[in-house]
Amino acid sequence: MPTPQVPALEIKKLTKHYGSFAAVDDLSLSIEPGEIFGLLGPNGAGKSTTIHLASGLARMESGSISVFGHDVVAHPTQTRRLVGLMHQEVVIDNFLTIGQMLGLHAGYYGLKDDPEWRELLVERLALGDHLGKKMMKLSGGMKRRFMVAKALIHKPKLLILDEPTAGVDVELRVALWDFVREINRRGTTVVLTTHYLEEAEALCGRIAIMNRGKLVALDTTKNLIADQTLEKVFVQLTRSQEPVL
Amino acid sequence: MSKLSERLDRVQVFAPEGSHSSFRSFQTLLKREILRFLSVAGQTLLAPVVTATLYLLIFGVSLGSRVSFGGDVTYIQFVVPGLALMGVINNAFANTSSSLFVAKFLGNIQDLLVTPLTPWQYLFAYSAAAIIRALAVGAVILGVAACFTSLPWAHPVEALLMAGVSALLFALFGLIAALYAKSFDTLSIFTNFMLMPLIYLGGLFYPVSELPQPWNLVSRFNPLYYLIEGFRHALLGVGEISFVTSFTVSVGLSAVLAGIVLWMFGSSPRLRN
Repeated sequence: MPTPQVPALEIKKLTKHYGSFAAVDDLSLSIEPGEIFGLLGPNGAGKSTTIHLASGLARMESGSISVFGHDVVAHPTQTRRLVGLMHQEVVIDNFLTIGQMLGLHAGYYGLKDDPEWRELLVERLALGDHLGKKMMKLSGGMKRRFMVAKALIHKPKLLILDEPTAGVDVELRVALWDFVREINRRGTTVVLTTHYLEEAEALCGRIAIMNRGKLVALDTTKNLIADQTLEKVFVQLTRSQEPVL
Repeated sequence: MSKLSERLDRVQVFAPEGSHSSFRSFQTLLKREILRFLSVAGQTLLAPVVTATLYLLIFGVSLGSRVSFGGDVTYIQFVVPGLALMGVINNAFANTSSSLFVAKFLGNIQDLLVTPLTPWQYLFAYSAAAIIRALAVGAVILGVAACFTSLPWAHPVEALLMAGVSALLFALFGLIAALYAKSFDTLSIFTNFMLMPLIYLGGLFYPVSELPQPWNLVSRFNPLYYLIEGFRHALLGVGEISFVTSFTVSVGLSAVLAGIVLWMFGSSPRLRN
């Protein structure tokens, strides 16, 4: 019998409240290594909170999250080395240039700079002409490109992209998704949240849809869509209060 | 095969096991913090020196000549160690508190919180950068002061130790302030209502022993009194309390604050929520 794979990301009975608001409510799901997994939902559905809990940015109340078998609470050092996160919010460091920041970011993870990998990211994300600039001088799309590069600079096994293409031009989107597909083919697991449902449909092998903190659908993209479009399915599910797992 | 595939074939897409170094994580954060204060050197290194020079001109040169102090120590000599230490303390506090609070305020603290940096690494890196900036400012103030008066430099090693531990203590205090504060207003409470009174009532411009009771007694509960007197003793060879007492009190307080900082980085809901 083949040995079962350790999930890249395993979430069990995860709950998180902000005051009386249940941002994540008893969420359980498992993402296998090598997947491109879409986590979708309307604004306030709990996607970003789930991502923050998985990456250590927030503390969970109950439940558990493990990354490649390592519990994020018990073994934060191991799990954070494995995860690359591109935040949804654009965060700005006004003191350093993006070239300096990119150089430093791998070091925070305890890694030596790999110039070839860094140059590859810079080239693929078209950042070469901007490395001497501070973030506040960049356009919105350029900031997002830099944030993608930063999420990948330490070569994570699990890449989490929280709305990576919001405000990004078409050319870069195409280049970014080509790159994501390529590193995914080489083993990087990708978790993606996006409001561009056509992107999720084209990229993701499986999709989970959240609404009001709860998981309302989880299936392969093909099964979920059946003979409809993802947009129609999404609207039906997020209007409904009942889970249709 | 595409060019991208060829290039990806040449690089490792995953970091190999065992390639991570905890020391490198610390070293990188330290480097970032040094780059940060150097990128605004006019504000972080030059401005404190200008302020200290003005104090020297006003209190040392102008008023000092009218103050009869007794003994071999002139008033300007008495004031210089305090002014240098005030530069050290203010800059140690400002370095950690502004760096961390601005990162929280702008949100780029998230870039650090997702990394495997541990509370100890945060503590050492932020404190070390603050100590470097604080000692640089203190050294320049003493250099400027040398244009106005000469100091005996009675115990230079002790002076360096006192300046170092003073910088550490207030770097840690700055971290606590930044971790606790949710607004610039709260942060300014630490600066205006705690740090400033401690500095000015710690015997910077006057000998605490000449204060009437109960202020004399109250001043002895001010940690700044021990720092300033210890540093003054090391530089001038005279002071109200010994170096050993000053250093012990400072190290003890630093240990307490370090414990609070470690707890706040590790568990405080004010950081990861």
